Amino acid sequence: MAGMETLRFTFDGGRALGPFAPTLVGVVASGNLEVLVEPAAAPGCHVDIDTSARGFGGIWEAVLRDFHARHGVAGLTLSIHDMGATPAVVSLRLDQAMAAIAGATP
Amino acid sequence: MSAASVLDASWTRQRADRLERLARAGDLGGVDGKLVHADAVVALLEALLVPGDRVCLEGDNQKQADFLARALTQVAPERVHDLHMVQSVLSLPEHLDVFELGIASRLDFSFSGPQAARLAQLLGQGKLRIGAIHTYLELFGRYFVDLTPKVSLIAAQYADAQGNLYTGPNTEDTPAIVEATAFKSGIVVAQVDRIVDKLPRVDIPADWVDFVVQAPEPAFIEPLFTRDPAQISEIQVLMAMMAIKGIYAEYGVQSLNHGIGFDTAAIELLLPTYGERLGLKGRICRHWALNPHPALIPAIEAGWIESVHSFGSELGMEDYIRARPDVFFTGPDGSLRSNRAFCQAAGHYACDLFIGSTLQMDMQGNSSTATLGRIAGFGGAPNMGADARGRRHASAAWLKAGREARDGLPGVRGTPRGQKLVVQMVETFREHMQPAFVETLDAWKLAEQARLDLPPIMIYGDDVTHVLTEEGIANLLLCRDDEEREQAIRGVAGFTPAGQKRDRAMVDKLRARGVIRRPVDLGIDPRDATRNLLAARTMRDLVRASGGLYRPPRRFRNW
Repeated sequence: MAGMETLRFTFDGGRALGPFAPTLVGVVASGNLEVLVEPAAAPGCHVDIDTSARGFGGIWEAVLRDFHARHGVAGLTLSIHDMGATPAVVSLRLDQAMAAIAGATP
Repeated sequence: MSAASVLDASWTRQRADRLERLARAGDLGGVDGKLVHADAVVALLEALLVPGDRVCLEGDNQKQADFLARALTQVAPERVHDLHMVQSVLSLPEHLDVFELGIASRLDFSFSGPQAARLAQLLGQGKLRIGAIHTYLELFGRYFVDLTPKVSLIAAQYADAQGNLYTGPNTEDTPAIVEATAFKSGIVVAQVDRIVDKLPRVDIPADWVDFVVQAPEPAFIEPLFTRDPAQISEIQVLMAMMAIKGIYAEYGVQSLNHGIGFDTAAIELLLPTYGERLGLKGRICRHWALNPHPALIPAIEAGWIESVHSFGSELGMEDYIRARPDVFFTGPDGSLRSNRAFCQAAGHYACDLFIGSTLQMDMQGNSSTATLGRIAGFGGAPNMGADARGRRHASAAWLKAGREARDGLPGVRGTPRGQKLVVQMVETFREHMQPAFVETLDAWKLAEQARLDLPPIMIYGDDVTHVLTEEGIANLLLCRDDEEREQAIRGVAGFTPAGQKRDRAMVDKLRARGVIRRPVDLGIDPRDATRNLLAARTMRDLVRASGGLYRPPRRFRNW
């Protein structure tokens, strides 16, 4: 999409989540975002971001580093479609996604 | 000594001047006693005004003497010039047109939100000089000291043939303006929507009013305090939960004032749901200095609120207020009586807590809504958001805040006294990812550009007791030095550049001491912060909660 910026991060360490069903949280709307969480064979926590707000790579990295420190998870990929969500909304959606996965995993 | 010698002419110059002006006006066509025809108003103003006069053109937060404002822009500048405008709010284009046209040249005011950019521009072009930017109470105070208006142009809803005025629910600044003018040999001109045989009630007595003109259109009133609940975000719900549980309940806040905005609307809408669940009904938020916010309806209906005194009114709330006189201040006719001066005094001296928002906060806790190229003024926020050092009556909330601030301090700083709770509630990032936390306020640069004596700081850092963001609450009362204070603020500044510069070890220590409290420390799970907690989620819900008594202005009706 025109004007979108693509960012990619990988965080090492953490415990592998094991199998879980792909989970979608949030909506693509102004000031909001959608995150799809899927299991990944590779270790680590991979994040792919498409964002409408350009130039905030440093803040994304800090928000995601905090997320990774908070949950300490590996073996998953987060695909984020962002429409200018604030860091507060990003963190909330990521926490909601992790809760949804935990709730669905036996 | 005879009465004549007491009233020596050298002591009655102002009165004689007033009578001369009234005589000039009385000779005009279209002026019949106090009643003035709309077509004669420009000539009336030219007859009454003298170059250099101090003039109050009633521009309130909501109600505008718009017809008289237009008339003032039409006087001949070669007859009337260099007026000194002393008015609380610059809201209409005409309020600045008088400077552009050379009719006025000096300005003392409080708030200029809607005209902030143009005001900065005119100042840059040398079209006006600003005396000072005041708070409302401060400007009203100066009306009775060194800024007494010679001529005041005011707005009321109705007049009778004698010139008595009914100001209706939006009384706002009118009594303060008229009292200062009428009792110091000044002249009061009122525009009214209609002249009627019998007034619902008398708000301003006729012998304080010199001229009355029926305006072709009713005075403009802005619905400034209506917030559509549909636009409240989950993050605002989260912050409202933290305010209620982490501050209101913690201190047992009984009396309070809320700033305008979605953040505080969220708190109002959470009282009958989240507040009820926490068992806080009757323990917090019983008495308010607040305009009749529609968002307050569910809490009123649920029996949370005992009294509300208001600065002004709010369009659409008239019938609801009439039906709830036990809560609101109403006249014998049933309609609201607002009064900005008294409500500001109430908010300053009689409230335990003020909570409001800002555009920028620095690492000392100073906050400002001034941004580059805009001179917006303060309105009432500095009086609401300041410790009332003259306060002497105690309450549990005031005493607890005072104890936290003074515990262990030596000498005069340790003298027991209370303190007002002043809470700044801000998301770490505003819209378009503008950080709310900054190392240096724009206010400093603005002061330089506009050659102001001081940076236009709205609320001083040493008056702020709590900073509330989605990251947590920083209790500045518990900070014992500047470094702790700075790290407490950085500790809730999230991912803003100022927040990322925090000293993590020190922030952890502050958290262990309870200076910083995260949502989880308060027993709040951010995932519970959903819009379902709002007692009304749409404008229609508010109408329903009011039993159909609230009638939102058309632009808020989206059903």
